[in-house]
Amino acid sequence: MTDVREKKPASGFNRRAFISGAAGAASLPLLAQAAGAENTAAQDPNLPVDVTLQVNGTAKSLNVDARTTLLDALREHIGLTGSKKGCDHGQCGACTVMVGGRRVLSCLTLALTVQDKQITTIEGLSQGDKLHPMQQAFIDQDAFQCGYCTPGQIVSAIACVKEGHATNDDDIREYMSGNICRCAAYPNIVAAVKQAAPAMADKQKG
Amino acid sequence: MRPFTYQRATDAPSAVQALAAAASTNTALTDGAIQPLAGGTTLLDLMKLDVMRPSVLVDINPLSNAWSAVSLDGGNLKLGALARMSDIAANPDIQRNYPVISDSLKLAASPQLRNMASLGGNVLQRTRCTYFRDVSYDNCNKRNPGSGCAAMDGFNRTHAVLGTSEQCIATYPGDFAQALMALDATVEITGKAGVRSMPFADLHKAPGNSPQIETSLLPGELISAFSIQGRWPRSTYLKVRDRQSYEFALSSAAIALDVQDGTIRDSRIALGGVATIPWRAREAEALLKGQKFGDALASQVAEAAFKSAISRKHNAFKIALGKRVVSRGLQQAATMEI
Repeated sequence: MTDVREKKPASGFNRRAFISGAAGAASLPLLAQAAGAENTAAQDPNLPVDVTLQVNGTAKSLNVDARTTLLDALREHIGLTGSKKGCDHGQCGACTVMVGGRRVLSCLTLALTVQDKQITTIEGLSQGDKLHPMQQAFIDQDAFQCGYCTPGQIVSAIACVKEGHATNDDDIREYMSGNICRCAAYPNIVAAVKQAAPAMADKQKG
Repeated sequence: MRPFTYQRATDAPSAVQALAAAASTNTALTDGAIQPLAGGTTLLDLMKLDVMRPSVLVDINPLSNAWSAVSLDGGNLKLGALARMSDIAANPDIQRNYPVISDSLKLAASPQLRNMASLGGNVLQRTRCTYFRDVSYDNCNKRNPGSGCAAMDGFNRTHAVLGTSEQCIATYPGDFAQALMALDATVEITGKAGVRSMPFADLHKAPGNSPQIETSLLPGELISAFSIQGRWPRSTYLKVRDRQSYEFALSSAAIALDVQDGTIRDSRIALGGVATIPWRAREAEALLKGQKFGDALASQVAEAAFKSAISRKHNAFKIALGKRVVSRGLQQAATMEI
């Protein structure tokens, strides 16, 4: 088992961009190796495998059991515990992360299958100390109580806006239905999405 | 989850070759020792529950570029099997010409799952029968052939009333498959021997005396595409469930009508949530042909659709509910503006 921990950059943008570029170059030989996988000797299911993940712009190299889900890789091996394990069966949405710009459930994704994709977690949303407009909106609108589902809600909500599904309350409710909130903060979550949507649009224009 | 060997297929021949080894190891793809991995939303779930126990996973996602195309040539639709549910649901051409397809996909699962799940994997989704999913119950004919069925006299509120047998009453859980059933889709299958096609209606097998065999796919075969002839702008998918969103159907209906000057020229009805397989109500839909739509006719069709229904202790409500879903679905399709 490998434990990779990365200190959060103090003023992120340039350093993150640099690491991202370097990681892209470093991952090329690995992809080439994966492409020829079926020609090599079969992997022993009882031995760990090498996995490199591009998480929040940083390459993380791990040596893990092939069964490791993206969620467990993030939480247990990389130390990013923002994404939460609720049901571990794709029913609650607490583990939602972005893979290749799309919201997916990290508990039903094998880490091995997303080595060539950019992964964004709740930890990768802020610009240094400046929160993402959706994070700020969840605070402003008091859109949580216990907070356990919140990282998944926020990642999902950002995708909901980007997909164009945040134009009215009904759509927001429908397209946020994959994220369950046991505290039932739903009305405030809808309010937070409505607050952040124009701010996100402004940000894109700017 | 049990240990497995992970293989990454780079193209269709390598995927088929990797899966071909399955032919000698098992008789039914659904329980095979070698499993293709696409979206993984059913497979990983069932592996965590120890219901599915493959020793090899063949990752076919690298085939996505080749197998996720959508084409609408000369009024015929072809959908690549590795297209993701969310992308097809959001496709404006499909929304315009095949609303029953986009509706069925949009009303299924959650946005995250729809971003992951492939069309091919979706139609092969396994039943949500609690007793099938819980390995602490030994008596499940689908998991352990010949062991009996805990659902027969158990908590069977969500179980099927159509297409059942004495061996199994597990409900087919999907939505998209009903749209394919209604539109007489063809499924394209890629295997070691090449590509073959069959009517989608022949893909799923009713439980009968062998509920462990769910499809007519041969070991090692992959669904590569679906195709539909003609356009069906007057079509809709109605889904009724315990909560408003992100839930499996208690009863659903895929309806497609061809209406000319107020007269129904062609009609298709497929039912979900109430049957063991995607269920085409052929006798019922035939009653509509050549007729003018009205409430009395809709009721008559709905009655016919559930004529052969058999209920158990907790699921009799599905017969009454299912009839209303058929009536309302017909009403929606007949009155929609196209």
